[in-house]
Amino acid sequence: MAKRSHITLSVNGDEYETLCEPDQSLVDVLRNELELTGTKEGCSTGDCGACSIRLDGDLVCSCLVLAVEAEGKEIETIEGMATSPEELHPLQSKFLEINGLQCGICTPGILIAAKALLEKNPDPTETEIRFWLAGNLCRCTGYDKIIRSVQAAAEEMRKG
Amino acid sequence: MASILEESGFDPSAELKIVGTNPVKHDGLDKVMGRAKFGADAFLPGMLVGKILRSPHAHANIKSIDTSKAEALPGVKSVITAADFPEKKAGTPAGDMTRNVMAREKALYDGHPVAAVAATSEKIAKQALKLIEVDYEVLPHVIDPVEAMQPDAPILHDYLRTKGVEGAEDKQTNVTEKMVTQLGDIDAGFEEADIIVERSYDSKPMHQGYIEPQGCIADYSEDGQIEVWCCTQAPFVYRDRLSAILDIDCNKINVQQSELGGGFGGKTGFYGEPLAIMLSKKASRSVKIVLSRIEVFRGTGPVSGTSYTIKMGCKKDGTITAASAEMIFQSGPYAGSMYFNAPNAMFTRYDLKNVDITAYEVLSNRQKVASFRAPCVPQIVFGVEGVIDEMARKIEMDPIDFRLKNACEDGHTTIYGDTWGPIGFIETLKKAKECDHYKTPVKPGEGRGISTGFWFNRGGETAASLNLAPDGTVTIATGTADVAGSRISISMMAAEELGIPVDQVRVKMVDTNSLGFNRVTAGSRTTFSVGMVIVDSARKCIAELRKRAAEIWDVPEDGVIFEDGMCRPASANVGDFEPLSIADICKKTTMSHGAISGHTEMNVTGAGPGFAVNIVDVKVDENTGRTDVTRYTVVQDVGKAIHPDQVVGQIQGGAIQGVGWALNEEYIYGEDGRLQNAGFLDYRMPVASDVPMVDTIMVEVPNPAHPFGLRGVGEVPVVPTMAAVGNAIGDAIGIRPTSLPMSPPKVLDIIEQAKAEGVYKG
Repeated sequence: MAKRSHITLSVNGDEYETLCEPDQSLVDVLRNELELTGTKEGCSTGDCGACSIRLDGDLVCSCLVLAVEAEGKEIETIEGMATSPEELHPLQSKFLEINGLQCGICTPGILIAAKALLEKNPDPTETEIRFWLAGNLCRCTGYDKIIRSVQAAAEEMRKG
Repeated sequence: MASILEESGFDPSAELKIVGTNPVKHDGLDKVMGRAKFGADAFLPGMLVGKILRSPHAHANIKSIDTSKAEALPGVKSVITAADFPEKKAGTPAGDMTRNVMAREKALYDGHPVAAVAATSEKIAKQALKLIEVDYEVLPHVIDPVEAMQPDAPILHDYLRTKGVEGAEDKQTNVTEKMVTQLGDIDAGFEEADIIVERSYDSKPMHQGYIEPQGCIADYSEDGQIEVWCCTQAPFVYRDRLSAILDIDCNKINVQQSELGGGFGGKTGFYGEPLAIMLSKKASRSVKIVLSRIEVFRGTGPVSGTSYTIKMGCKKDGTITAASAEMIFQSGPYAGSMYFNAPNAMFTRYDLKNVDITAYEVLSNRQKVASFRAPCVPQIVFGVEGVIDEMARKIEMDPIDFRLKNACEDGHTTIYGDTWGPIGFIETLKKAKECDHYKTPVKPGEGRGISTGFWFNRGGETAASLNLAPDGTVTIATGTADVAGSRISISMMAAEELGIPVDQVRVKMVDTNSLGFNRVTAGSRTTFSVGMVIVDSARKCIAELRKRAAEIWDVPEDGVIFEDGMCRPASANVGDFEPLSIADICKKTTMSHGAISGHTEMNVTGAGPGFAVNIVDVKVDENTGRTDVTRYTVVQDVGKAIHPDQVVGQIQGGAIQGVGWALNEEYIYGEDGRLQNAGFLDYRMPVASDVPMVDTIMVEVPNPAHPFGLRGVGEVPVVPTMAAVGNAIGDAIGIRPTSLPMSPPKVLDIIEQAKAEGVYKG
């Protein structure tokens, strides 16, 4: 059997060393090797967005990235968005206030994706938010309160 | 003290402080910070990875299974097949359940499990699956329910006989049951009609589409105690059914639910759990099984497909005189569609005198049916409300007025025998007629549809405990699942009753060792039922608090009243005492008297029915047949919204699930009986850019059987949805579709037909 690969990953500013299969996906390594389970795996084919993370700032589905490809890159996951309830990102606060989450399984991916959007476009229209988040499936909310939460967070962030 | 079932204590003039507000849900922080633990998010020391081998055939005899090569692979710790499970007679509930989780004599659908392995890594487990040799004898299959009823159809079970049909005792069949539901005189009813409309409809299986695939861990200890961690809507039902199929006492199986990443009915029955238990037993290690998305589609239950005809008659003034239906429900290889909901709910909300409904449940070589919000009702209401719309058009009556003309009032006795108390159907229709959406003219080139829906709402067996800690804070133990926010609503009702801030209450969903039986979280029952039980438990605590305050003050018990979270002297005559808070009494008396707790278990009754009206505008692309929903309004009677934002969320989510079912979602099978779209790319659920905001109008006609007037709210939202979208498409293009989903190719065909018939609008 092929030997496992040794990789060093930087996740939310922390360095992790681990072994992985050469064909193991990044989401699998994050969840099952590093036990960082905030990133969810909903489909393994890049269709649901539950595993959304940032890789050197790019928004990616971590199920479509091999863990070995992430060597030396900066990974940002939901666990890094706030280190305490007192320091929530405005998106996290607004999702709580406006009920932008129901079951919560899609929430980490949607928060990561929405944060990437607001960094690029601090004042998105409803349509822009809807198209940006079109890669993140939610089955509970019908998206209404998700969109409103992102709008409210954007407004708060613009006020600074 | 009278039972809460007899005296709810509902007071319409009560000034509620917490119920009706929108506090942040207590489980929210962990969810936005990535800390909440769902089914796949737990680990145990030494845990193995479990994987399932599935049949590639829709129908095949399993002649033999050779697992020896898989067992010999280094790293493989156990391999199981049906031979590892106790024998259970085919055709019994336990026999069906055990055969669905692991095929026995035959594989009955594409994706039916035939073996499972546990290994030290996922890679090894997958290699082991490839080494298992299954000798199949492929048989002819049948998936379409109408074809499955034909005399020459392939038979799934040679033992099956149709219930409810005389002379069927010696005939092999795929029809499990025929059910006839009648009221009044159907022939006389159609005689009275000035107009009769009859249409045939069909629908395909759609999947619940939860984003969290099923995940579980089982740990079978050496002394036979079993711990199961899993995402489920029904921890107690899982335990009892595991007991039934494994021949293990209930008290040896402890199920702890994880956070639930969506269920919608799809997590009311187990899949991987019994396999993980048997793999764990054989390996003497804990085993985790997490389904892939492909396995979720191929191996877990979509809803019933249907084929049916609706016939209704009305007078020129709009009075419906008769309604009949003949319906076929497709159920996978085992019964369990809950098709009996349809006859009881499809027309219910209209005051009909003459009804005649025949329904069949038919087995077929597809995944075993599983519940989905209001099981078997929305896909039938699609037709019912289509016929109603056509009748209203024919007599040139406003569609809401037509429905108002026939709407049930308080005190209506239903076709299933219940007599309703106060209901809000007429008020929802009136609110719909007055709302901005309905008063705004339809945009040029668009169409508008109206539809209505009903759901019974449910109660059922519920047990919970409310414990006052020595510092006066409250913990609540429940055995139901939290599918989208019931914990905060339960906390709010407890806080309201106890007169304390909601932040002083926490709800924990405990394991099955810790409480008596709780029925599945389904049918819009949990917030209602647990609310009843928890308010009852709080009242028991209040009685004890009063008793202890009386003792502290050395006054008679009836000299103490409880209000706003305080024990106070009932009058100045009792004495001049400083009020005692819950915390005061707990601090003073917990050590001397023991803790104060309220515990209640009951079979909760009194669920009030729910009603909704949908108004939908659509735009249909003439060239592609694609439909876009441009505006959506739901009016729903919610009784009393405990947490209004969450109720709105239920309504919006249900509406958009219905839009998916209306426009895109369906299981597509190849000629070989294999599922062709087992992934989110090809099974197209609505994404954010597909849909508009959903406007909601909540009507609050309280249910007096509940202390705060609550009705269930989870099922109703999806019931009218596809019908409303269908009626809107019909309005837009001139002919109302009759086949779900109303996908672009079908709509294009209808546009062509409408053009040919000269009725195309667009």
